[in-house]
Amino acid sequence: MSALSVVAAVLQVVGVLAGAPLIVGGMRQIRARLEGRAGGGVLQPWRDLQKQFRKQQITPTGTTVVFLVAPAVVAGSTLLIAAIVPIIALGSPLDPVADLFGVVGLLFLGTVALTLAGLDTGTAFGGMGSSREITIAALVEPTILLAVFALSVPGHSANLAAIVSGTARNPGQVLTPGSLLALVALVIVIIAEAGRLPVDNPTTHLELTMIHEAMVLEYAGPKLALVEWASAMRLTVMLALIANLFLPWGIAGAHPTVFAVALGILAVTVKVVVLASFLAAGEVFIAKLRLFRVPELLAGSFLLALLAVTASYFLAAATT
Amino acid sequence: MTTAVLTSPIVPVPGPGPRTDGRLTGEATLSGGLTALIGALGLALGLSVVFGGARHLRIGWLLPLVGVSFDLDPLGGVFIAATGAVSIAVGIYAIGYAKREHWARFPMVTLPLFVTGMLLVPAAGSVTTFLLAWELMAGASLVLVLTEHRRDAVRSAGAFYAIMTQLGFVAILIALVVLSAAGGDTFSAIATHAADITPGTRTAVFVLTLLGFGSKAGLLPLHAWLPRAHPEAPSPVSALMSAAMVNMGIFGIIRIDLQLLGPGPHWWGLTLMIFGAISAVFGVLQASVATDLKQLLAYSTTENMGLVTLALGAAALLSSSGAPAVAAIAMTAALLHLLSHSAFKTLAFLGAGSVLSATGLRDLDKLGGLARRMPATTVLFGIGALGASGLPLGAGFASEWLLFQSLIHSPHGANTVLALAMPLSVGAVALTSGLGILAMVKAFGVGFLARPRSAGAEAAREAPASMLAGMTLAAAACMVFAVAPVLLGPTLAHVLAVLPTLGGSAEGPRLGTILRLPGVDGSISPGVIAGALIIAVLTSVILARWGVRHRPPAVVTPLWACGADALSSRMQYTATSFAEPLQRVFDDVLRPDTDVEVTHFAESQYLIEKVTYQTRLDDPVEQRFYVPVVRAVTAWAQYVRRAHNGSIHLYLSYGALGMLIVLLVAR
Repeated sequence: MSALSVVAAVLQVVGVLAGAPLIVGGMRQIRARLEGRAGGGVLQPWRDLQKQFRKQQITPTGTTVVFLVAPAVVAGSTLLIAAIVPIIALGSPLDPVADLFGVVGLLFLGTVALTLAGLDTGTAFGGMGSSREITIAALVEPTILLAVFALSVPGHSANLAAIVSGTARNPGQVLTPGSLLALVALVIVIIAEAGRLPVDNPTTHLELTMIHEAMVLEYAGPKLALVEWASAMRLTVMLALIANLFLPWGIAGAHPTVFAVALGILAVTVKVVVLASFLAAGEVFIAKLRLFRVPELLAGSFLLALLAVTASYFLAAATT
Repeated sequence: MTTAVLTSPIVPVPGPGPRTDGRLTGEATLSGGLTALIGALGLALGLSVVFGGARHLRIGWLLPLVGVSFDLDPLGGVFIAATGAVSIAVGIYAIGYAKREHWARFPMVTLPLFVTGMLLVPAAGSVTTFLLAWELMAGASLVLVLTEHRRDAVRSAGAFYAIMTQLGFVAILIALVVLSAAGGDTFSAIATHAADITPGTRTAVFVLTLLGFGSKAGLLPLHAWLPRAHPEAPSPVSALMSAAMVNMGIFGIIRIDLQLLGPGPHWWGLTLMIFGAISAVFGVLQASVATDLKQLLAYSTTENMGLVTLALGAAALLSSSGAPAVAAIAMTAALLHLLSHSAFKTLAFLGAGSVLSATGLRDLDKLGGLARRMPATTVLFGIGALGASGLPLGAGFASEWLLFQSLIHSPHGANTVLALAMPLSVGAVALTSGLGILAMVKAFGVGFLARPRSAGAEAAREAPASMLAGMTLAAAACMVFAVAPVLLGPTLAHVLAVLPTLGGSAEGPRLGTILRLPGVDGSISPGVIAGALIIAVLTSVILARWGVRHRPPAVVTPLWACGADALSSRMQYTATSFAEPLQRVFDDVLRPDTDVEVTHFAESQYLIEKVTYQTRLDDPVEQRFYVPVVRAVTAWAQYVRRAHNGSIHLYLSYGALGMLIVLLVAR
C-alpha cells in the first residue's frame, strides 16, 4: 500500500459521489433522445439534488429513528463499497478488510435499511414497496454470491484485487463458460438490484408497479435527495465493479504512479459510460415485467450462476 | 403453521396454595439466580478445560455397576461454556419473567435442573453417563415445555415433543449400546478400540446416531417437534432449547461420529452435507413465511443447525479428500456459527418473550409499533435479528463468511463428488442467507416498527430491569461475534486441536483483527468494516447538510394517505402480506392452502359485499412424512388392541407363554 493507492481510494469515493448523478443524467438523456424528447440534460440530477437539499426537512408522524437514519446508512454503505472495490486502482487500503462476500453484505445492509424504513412508515405503500424489494433482494443475493464465487474459483480468492488482477494477467479467463455465465447472471441481478427495467421502472409513480419508489414514498426534501443520490451511486459502483471484473484493462496496479491513476480514472469512466449507455438504450426497447414474472427472471439468473460455479469447478478440475 | 389466533396465551397457573407477591419474587429470584449461578460455574469450568487441558473424574458409588464418569476435553469444554453462557443470560432474564408470568413452583425447580442436565451431556465420559445426562436434559425440558399445560396447543406440542425425543433417545441408546459392546463403556476405551470396530457396526452406529442427534438438532425430516415445542415453551425455556439444547445434537454428531468413529468414509460427510443443506433451505423458507414470531425463530433454528451440519459434513468430506487446511476452515465455521447462533438466538427468543409477556401476542400480524413502546427491547431484538440475517455488523457474518470460504477453496479436481457437492452447497447456503435476511426483516420490521395492529400491541410496556439485563448480556455476546471474533480465536484453536480427523492437524484460520485463512488467499475484518461503516455513515450525514442554511425549519407532517382522511392501522402491510410475494414464488414447495370466498349482493352479482381470504400454511414435510406414519401406527395399534381385551386369564396365559419362550431361549 502506497500513499498513492490511498489517494486513489479517496478519488474513487469522490469520483462516485460526483459522477453518479451524471451517469443517471446521461442515461435519462439517452432515453429521452431515443424516445424523441429533448431531455433535461446530463446535469439535471445534480440540479435536482441541489433543489431537494434546500427543501424543508419533513418527518412523517409515527416514524422512528429507523426512518431517520436509513438514507444515511444506504449512502454510507455505498460510499464504503466505493472505497473497497477496485475502481481506479487495485491496492485499496481496505481491500483485505472485505472481500466480495463483504461487499455484497454491505450492499444488502443498505437494502435492508431502506426496507425497514419503508415498513416503519406504517403505510400500505411503504409495506408494499418493502415487501417487493426484499423479496427481489432475497432472490438476488444468492445469485450474486454464486456468480461471485464462480469468478473467485479460477483465482483461488474472493478478494476483489486478486480476482481483477488475475483477470488482467490472464484475459482468456473471461471467455471461459464459467465467467460468461457469471457475467450474464450478474448483469441480470445488477439490473434487478438497481431497480432498472425490466424489473422496476425508476420513473414510474403508478402504485401497482412501483417497487423502490413505493418504499421511499414518504421521503421528501433532503432525505429523498440522499436516497436518490445513494441509489445513483449504487448503480455506478456496480457498473464499475462489473466492468473491472470482466474488462480490467486500464486499472492501476497495487503500487500505482500518478500517470497510472489518471489512466485508471479515464478507463473506468469510459467503461462505465459505455455500459450505462447500453443499459439506457436497451431500456428503450423493453417494457417492465409483471411483478410476478420477475422471480422467473431471477430464478433463471440463479440457475445460470449455479451453472457458472459448477462449470468453473469442473473446468478447474480439468485443467489442474 | 396454524392460523389459530392466540389472544391470551398466558394463563397464570396457580401454584399450590396462595403465594404472596414477595414470596413469588423470592422464588423467582432463587430459581433464576440458581440457573445463572450454575451457568456461570459451567462457563468457568468450560473455559478452564478449554485452556487448561483435559480432566477426568469418576464417581464410582453414584451409579451401581458402572459408576459415573466424566471426561472433560476442549470439545466438551466449549459446549459446556456455551451452555453456561446462555444459562447466565436466561437465568437473569427468568427472574423477571417467572415473576411477571406467575410461574408455578414446578417449572421454577426444573429450570436449574434442565441447565444441569445440559451441562452434564458434554462432560460425560462414558456411554452410561452420557445417556443418563441426555435423559435428564430431555425429561427436564419436557416438563418445562408443559409449563402452561392448560392450553391445548401446549399439550399437543408436549405430546409431539415427548414422542419424538424418546424415539430419538431410543435410536441413540441402541447406537451407543452397540458401540459399547464393540469398544467398552467409557469413551476413551471406545477411542482406543475404534480401529477394531467393523465397518458394518460403524455404519449402523452412524445412521442411528444421525437419526437421534439429528432429531435433537432439528434437522429435516425429524424437525417437526421443534417448531411446535420451542414456540409453546415459556420464552426463557425456548431460548435454552433453541440456543443450547439443539447444540447437544451437534455435539453428539461431532463426539460420536466424527471424533470417536472418524474418519468415516466419504458418504458420511456427504450425508451430513445433504441433510444440512435441506434443513437450512427448508428451515429458512418456513421461517420467511411464518407469522408466529416464536415459530419463525424456531424454524430459523432448524436453518442454522442445518448450516452447522453442512459445515461439519464439509469438514469431514474435505478431510477425507485430503484437504486438511480447508477442512479446518469448515470446522471453524461450524463451531463459530454454532456459538454465534447461541448468542443471537438467545437474544431473539428472550426478546420475543418480552414481547409476548408485554402484549400477550406472538402473532406478527397483530404486533407492530413496539419501537415506541418498548425501545430497549426493540434495540436488543434488532441486534439479534441482525445477527441472524448474516449481514455485516451482525453476529452471524464471520461464520457464514468462513463457511463460504471453505466451500469455495475446496481442492478442485480432487474427485467428482467434491466438484458436485461444493457448488451445490454454495447454492444452498447462498439461498439460505438471502431468505434469512427476508425472514429477519419481517420479524423486526413488521413486529416492532410501524403502528400497532391490535389493542394488545397498543398497550405494550417495557420489560422489567432483570429481563432487559439478561438480554443485554446476550446482546454483548452478539457484539463480540459481530465485531471481534478475534476473542474466540484461541478457544476454537484448542478445540480444533482435539479433532485430528477434521483438519485439526492443520493450522486453523487466524481470527485476528483481520481474519486470514492459512494456505489460501482470503481475508476479512468485521471490526474494521464496522468502524469504516460508521465513518462512512457519518460522512454521508455531513454530506446531507448541504444546503442546510437555505432550509426552512423542520416540521412533522401526517403520512401521505392519497388524500383520504387518515390511515387506519389495518391498512398496513402485515407479516402475511409481507411474505406473500415470496409465498407465490415458492408455491410448489410451500403448498399453501388458500381460500378466497366472494359474497355478492343479492341484487346483482357484479356488486361484491365482502371477500374473505384465508390462507393456511402447513409444514409440507410433516404432511407428507408424518401423517402416513401416524396413520400406519394407529392402524397397527388397532390391530394389536384385539390381543388385549381386558381378560385377566388371557393376560396370565400371555405371561406364561412369554416365560416359556424365555426359558427355551435361555436354556
